[in-house]
Amino acid sequence: MRRRDQGQPGSVLIDIKGLVVKAATEEGTTTILNGVDLTVHRGEVVGLIGESGAGKSTLGLACMGFTRGGVRFTAGSIHFDGVDITRLQEKELRENWGTRVAYVAQSAAAAFNPAWRLLLQTTETAVDQHIMTRFDARAKAVDLYRTMRLPAPERIGERFPHQVSGGQLQRAMVAMGMVCQPDLLIFDEPTTALDVTTQIEVLAAIREVVQRYNTAAVYVTHDLAVVAQMAHRIAVMRHGQVVEFADTRKLLSSPEHPYTRELLNVTNIPREPGGETGAEVVLTIKNVNAQYGAQKVLDDVSFNVRRGETVALVGESGSGKSTTARVITGLLAPTDGEVLFKALALPASYRNRTRDLLRQIQLVSQMPDTALNPRHTVRQVLSRPLKFYFGMTGAKCLDRVEELLRMIEMDPETFLDRRSSELSGGQKQRLCIARALAANPSVLICDEVTSALDRLVAKEILQLLLKLQQQLKVAMIFITHDLEVVRAIAHDVVVMKTGRVVEAGPIEKVFAPPHDPYTELLLSSVPQMDPDWLSELLGRRAAKAPDGDVAQRSNVYALLQRGTSPS
Amino acid sequence: MKKILAAPFRLLAAMDWPARIGALIVLIYVIVAVFAPLLAPFGEAEVVGSQYDPWTSVHLLGTDNIGRDMLSRVIYGARNTIAIAIIATILAFLVGCSFGFTAAVIGGKVDVVISRVNDLFMAIPLLIFALMLLTVFGSSIAVLIIIIALLESTRVYRVARALAMNVVVADFVEQAKLRGEGLWWIATREILPNTIPPLTAEFGLRFCFVFLFISAMSFLGLGIQPPTADWGAMVRDNATLIGFGDITPLIPAGAIAVLTVAVNLVVDWFLHRASGLKEV
Repeated sequence: MRRRDQGQPGSVLIDIKGLVVKAATEEGTTTILNGVDLTVHRGEVVGLIGESGAGKSTLGLACMGFTRGGVRFTAGSIHFDGVDITRLQEKELRENWGTRVAYVAQSAAAAFNPAWRLLLQTTETAVDQHIMTRFDARAKAVDLYRTMRLPAPERIGERFPHQVSGGQLQRAMVAMGMVCQPDLLIFDEPTTALDVTTQIEVLAAIREVVQRYNTAAVYVTHDLAVVAQMAHRIAVMRHGQVVEFADTRKLLSSPEHPYTRELLNVTNIPREPGGETGAEVVLTIKNVNAQYGAQKVLDDVSFNVRRGETVALVGESGSGKSTTARVITGLLAPTDGEVLFKALALPASYRNRTRDLLRQIQLVSQMPDTALNPRHTVRQVLSRPLKFYFGMTGAKCLDRVEELLRMIEMDPETFLDRRSSELSGGQKQRLCIARALAANPSVLICDEVTSALDRLVAKEILQLLLKLQQQLKVAMIFITHDLEVVRAIAHDVVVMKTGRVVEAGPIEKVFAPPHDPYTELLLSSVPQMDPDWLSELLGRRAAKAPDGDVAQRSNVYALLQRGTSPS
Repeated sequence: MKKILAAPFRLLAAMDWPARIGALIVLIYVIVAVFAPLLAPFGEAEVVGSQYDPWTSVHLLGTDNIGRDMLSRVIYGARNTIAIAIIATILAFLVGCSFGFTAAVIGGKVDVVISRVNDLFMAIPLLIFALMLLTVFGSSIAVLIIIIALLESTRVYRVARALAMNVVVADFVEQAKLRGEGLWWIATREILPNTIPPLTAEFGLRFCFVFLFISAMSFLGLGIQPPTADWGAMVRDNATLIGFGDITPLIPAGAIAVLTVAVNLVVDWFLHRASGLKEV
């Protein structure tokens, strides 16, 4: 099935009926998709949304007739432009891949070959499949780079993947998918790994290119607010089924399925107002400077953390949030300034700190997958700090482990002897929190603890943290780039940019106008559940810029660029 | 206890067919080595016939250059060569892994010093270095084991350090460091469990190299000393027969080859499983 004439605009491009996809596992087969119906019209963007394991990526890939290893179609049909692609051989399918259907993966950094220049990789499919000559393909690629508003479109293709920023690379990947002008583009979480401010650039670029070439797209994500900006229609998936499929506006204004309503409510975390004001200061970060080699990463950072309160460190990647955490924990020695714990200066390196000082400050890191030794059981993970810090053994230790498990709402009976590799992402993060709490710390540092998790799971973790903080009166430093999270849990906010504190103070003050321009940029970049949000935002930002039409837009982009490419 | 006894069977059930065949062959070798005195028809160093007797019903594989029973010596050879190879390999792993893990966990200057010293040893060709040391210290079995173990440990060090490096950067090791854990805990509880599959595979490969190395040394006359039976030395002693079209000297050589192939079959499967684990 080679390319035929462009069909009627608005006609059905993808028609999936009763699709069942199963995966072979060691225990037998598991059903990933269970009777899915989906239609995509030409020029239409369909959003697929759901938590991990809902089958949205599988469905996205199924639109191109592809299944991952060990996975196969067992029932149903996928008609692509009238042909049932579940019946085609891989060789026949291959003719379409890259030319009529293209796939944009979540991590562009992993999808690009680091050894080849961008332009070569962008044009590869078009040239190899003899769709166009090398010369034409290059012109087309440059044209796409320009549409995607990449800086210096004529020359950026000569760079290697590691020489451009994450957001630029993601856009280059979209350009790679668009080169052959496919009928369908599949986006699999293309902005999930990006900062909010970078996300906007990529979203705007994707939307522009899709509209301009009138390409149909399937947009897979777990973020409803993001997909609301992109999609005409949204399919909500859960447990391998589409539970609701409706127009974006209708879905947002009158969701029918309870799960959709839950997703819409995800940012509403009820909380008790304020912490204890005037509580004892447990941790003081005083004029801290730090360097990686010759590069300065922290510049005069100061703030206080009080007992029972949460300080949120906010900023984009590269702003020095995590570096601050490394200085506090002693993993990175500051070049200047000091960290005081209860008015006592902490030794710069963790190696020189006493066991009790180490116990007082606990870190929960971003990736629960790597923060737990996959070979250890839950019991081993939790009992080690108890033995190590408090010398607990035997029944006393076990009692405490069970108590900790109940605290994080995991059943001791079920989980005690599971290996940490057998837990879900949310459970792993709970376990990491429990391990930190086992040390009975005064300060808990949470480094992006929810960013690797689905929205609903993240909400549960946040609620858990709030509850535990009220119970245990532990001071928290919460590092995040997600301002919704900050709004939900922080008492104080420290906004950071390129290693410097831009704005700091109680949340009511920082989040209320007038803002610092950078805080404003961050705040306004958080996607809202309003389908017009992106258009209005871009319009607003364009209006602020002084000169003519094109210049306006590029100024907005310049502003965004400045804020986002410290790396 | 029951669980420990069942473990080999579960492992066997999980294997693919080439690995099972390999495991079976290895098992036969081990049985032959352990029960050598029961299986061998004659003594290890007993002269029972004349020089180079042909294959007969009494001497199934004939006799060697001084009239000892060839079959008995092949059987005893399994015992000597395999035992020495295993001990040397284990020793090499103990030394190599200790240094490798230490270098990876501590890093910095310690890593640089250990690694460069290691490079220095690796720069000298293995065989020449071993021959020199054996000439200096004399070739008793203990010296042989220690020299081979130390020389092989430089190779093990490289692998162990590289594997540990991958684990050391993981957040859970950082967590352990921040908890205040010492080197011993981090090496044995955090790193070792996560490097066991590739290390086991490396153990199998290294065992083959050590085994061949011992045979080569014996062939050169510096390894296991007569009258102790060794496959490498047996090939040398009877090499003249090949000129007469007699394949007897190839039998100890074949024994070496078959064991090497069998171990590799198991190792391949292990490597496959070790890399497969990462995907899950």
